[in-house]
Amino acid sequence: MNRHIALGLGSLTVVIVALGLSPAAARAQDVENGQAIYEKWCTGCHGDQGDGNGEAAAYMLPRPRDFTGAVYQIRTTASGELPTDADLRRVIGVGMPGTAMPGWEEKLSGGEIEDVVAYVKSFSRFFGGSAPAPQRIEATTAPRVTDEGPAEGRRLFVDELECVRCHGDAGRGDGTSAADLTDDWGFPIRATDLTENWNFNGGGSVESIYMRLRTGLDGTPMPSQSDAVDAGVITDVQLWLTAQYVRSLSPDKLPRVRDVIRAGLVTGDLPSGPADAAWEGVEPFFVPLVGQIIKAPRAFSPTVDNVWVQAQHNGREIAIRFSWHDPTDSPDAAWDVFFDRFTDAMTDVDGPHMPQQGPDIFSVMFPLQPSEGMELPYFLGGDARRPVYQFRWTSRPNALEVGTATGMGSFSGSASSDVRYLADFDAGEWSLQITRSLTTSEDSPATTFVPGEPIPIAFYVADGTSGEDDMRGSVSAWYSIYLNVPMPASVYIAPVIATVLTAVLGLALIWQTKKNERNS
Amino acid sequence: MRRLVTLSVLGLVACGGGGEGGSGSSGDGDAAAVAPLGSASIAGVINFTGPSPSNPSIDMADEPACADKYADGPTDPIVVVNDGKLANVYVRITGGLPAGPYPLPAAATIDQNGCLYSPRVLGLMVGQDLKILNSDPMLHNIKAVPTENRGFNISQPREGMTTTRSFAVPEVMVPLECSVHGWMNAYVGVTDHPYFATSGSDGSLTITGLPAGTYQLEAWHETLGTQSTEVTVEADGSATVEFTFGAAS
Repeated sequence: MNRHIALGLGSLTVVIVALGLSPAAARAQDVENGQAIYEKWCTGCHGDQGDGNGEAAAYMLPRPRDFTGAVYQIRTTASGELPTDADLRRVIGVGMPGTAMPGWEEKLSGGEIEDVVAYVKSFSRFFGGSAPAPQRIEATTAPRVTDEGPAEGRRLFVDELECVRCHGDAGRGDGTSAADLTDDWGFPIRATDLTENWNFNGGGSVESIYMRLRTGLDGTPMPSQSDAVDAGVITDVQLWLTAQYVRSLSPDKLPRVRDVIRAGLVTGDLPSGPADAAWEGVEPFFVPLVGQIIKAPRAFSPTVDNVWVQAQHNGREIAIRFSWHDPTDSPDAAWDVFFDRFTDAMTDVDGPHMPQQGPDIFSVMFPLQPSEGMELPYFLGGDARRPVYQFRWTSRPNALEVGTATGMGSFSGSASSDVRYLADFDAGEWSLQITRSLTTSEDSPATTFVPGEPIPIAFYVADGTSGEDDMRGSVSAWYSIYLNVPMPASVYIAPVIATVLTAVLGLALIWQTKKNERNS
Repeated sequence: MRRLVTLSVLGLVACGGGGEGGSGSSGDGDAAAVAPLGSASIAGVINFTGPSPSNPSIDMADEPACADKYADGPTDPIVVVNDGKLANVYVRITGGLPAGPYPLPAAATIDQNGCLYSPRVLGLMVGQDLKILNSDPMLHNIKAVPTENRGFNISQPREGMTTTRSFAVPEVMVPLECSVHGWMNAYVGVTDHPYFATSGSDGSLTITGLPAGTYQLEAWHETLGTQSTEVTVEADGSATVEFTFGAAS
């Protein structure tokens, strides 16, 4: 009996091995073709020697992979082991979300990717030696989600595996050890924000998270938990519960980007601040941001890559709530070590930084004059011809100025009694509410918020701990904010009238037809 | 015949030469079977001249369980000098050895205790087991960042947990670090032979189990650099070498 099982397992293994190798077995890897493809598409970042020192390397953090050491983050093998060919194929095919590495599966054929794998491996003496082939870790099956699962996952995350030390209590990369993290090449590295799984380097599914916990992310501070499982410190099921908990920190679905931010119309008071429970039911709008790299000084590796926006108005005032993730309430002395390493790494391309951390900055911009046709102000803070009206908030001092700008860094403004604001920092997240009357009474130029008309809106965020300021930071394109108008009674009555009218006409038609039939 | 017995007894003792408190269980069955090549030994003394540099203090405020272990507050033991003797100097033979195979020492242990590594500097032979112990009631990850070997990065979330690893090729030194506690650093020298030792707090060390010969030695300190010397030792004999490091060299 045992022998039968052994035989069965044996043939299963053969099948698995055969399946695993099938792409390679079907066609020999062509290193020369791989080199040709590599030199066309990959050298710009990874360098023609494969050492990660391509021309664009200095603009990136994390830096492009140095293939000579064969240290790879995304594997299905134990910590320190080489990746399998399938691991390398996967990363080349789908890329590394959250980094500059794009996926190539639309550009390159499966065979071409196979050839690139062979060439990339040829950069390192660790491949092709006498060492045994890397052993793939076979993932077990995820346990069914139970009622106790999330609480146990949370306990493991906080108390048992102590993931919070780097990733922070809410998972936003703000743990007590986060400031001092470096990769194997000495560059500062962020603890991943676990609430944005679309940025996970190895993919955001529960299965991917489980595998990263198993294997660790070599080259980074993220360790493998496999020894803890082997030593009986935690069980494999507990590792799955941890993965499920981590997955639960991100939205179920990838946030959708929409052009128009809706400000609902409410009667009575607007929320009193960003923590007001009244915001809970208000639809959030996701706005992606990118580093400002058009005009020096630049931000090639910005901290913040999105902001969520909610808005409400009551016909007299508008309240807009912004929330974005930033591990620090800058300046934060505990993060001086990060600031020093980060600015050292990026000064060559970003330009010289201030000698110490500045405040966090959040700006929101509107065209000062109503749009004429489709023309919008220049997206980086407007220009002399089409200035922007701007709210500029800083963390230290906690202050908001209102004014105008005619281009990046040209903001001029002052505190305004017309505009109220309240900012809140909690576990790696800023939330800021700005409230203003729809029209202003002051003489100073200001945008009027007219319900029923889309008003262009743009955002700017800077993280002082990364040396960001009024030029270096994250920018958005122009979006629109639309203040809902009250529904006129006709909106509700017209459909009823139309329905009744249709029914009456229909009945009349039937009546007429029947009458005609009878008459004929 | 009697001489052979004596040799193997000495050899067993010599096995511990590189490691700190090996556990008794030997790593690899095959290599452990290699008999010692001799019973000569080299005693080393590591001197330090000049005023003892002060080591930087470590902010362990976030880790009271570790900080409490240091009555005078924790410092980073980079340069440890007692009565003019220097600790944590790793000395290995770099030339003059007969061809192997060499006996494989029993496992060496590195402990994470009080949020520092103990020992901070140690030697290993290729294939020799390194037992990694967490004696602190908190998470450490132990990360090896070699260039010649494959590294590793292991989570040890519980007090008392042990993990065993080894290195495949010679490399001096392999840095070990903890990402949770950025101040934690250790160094492992990996050689293809067992003839190495690290100076203790009294600045002394002993390399044992050697055949007669003339050997080149190198002494390594993490901030004070390396020094080399040569020594000749008779069969069954003992020779002494001295290295002198200075604050500003």
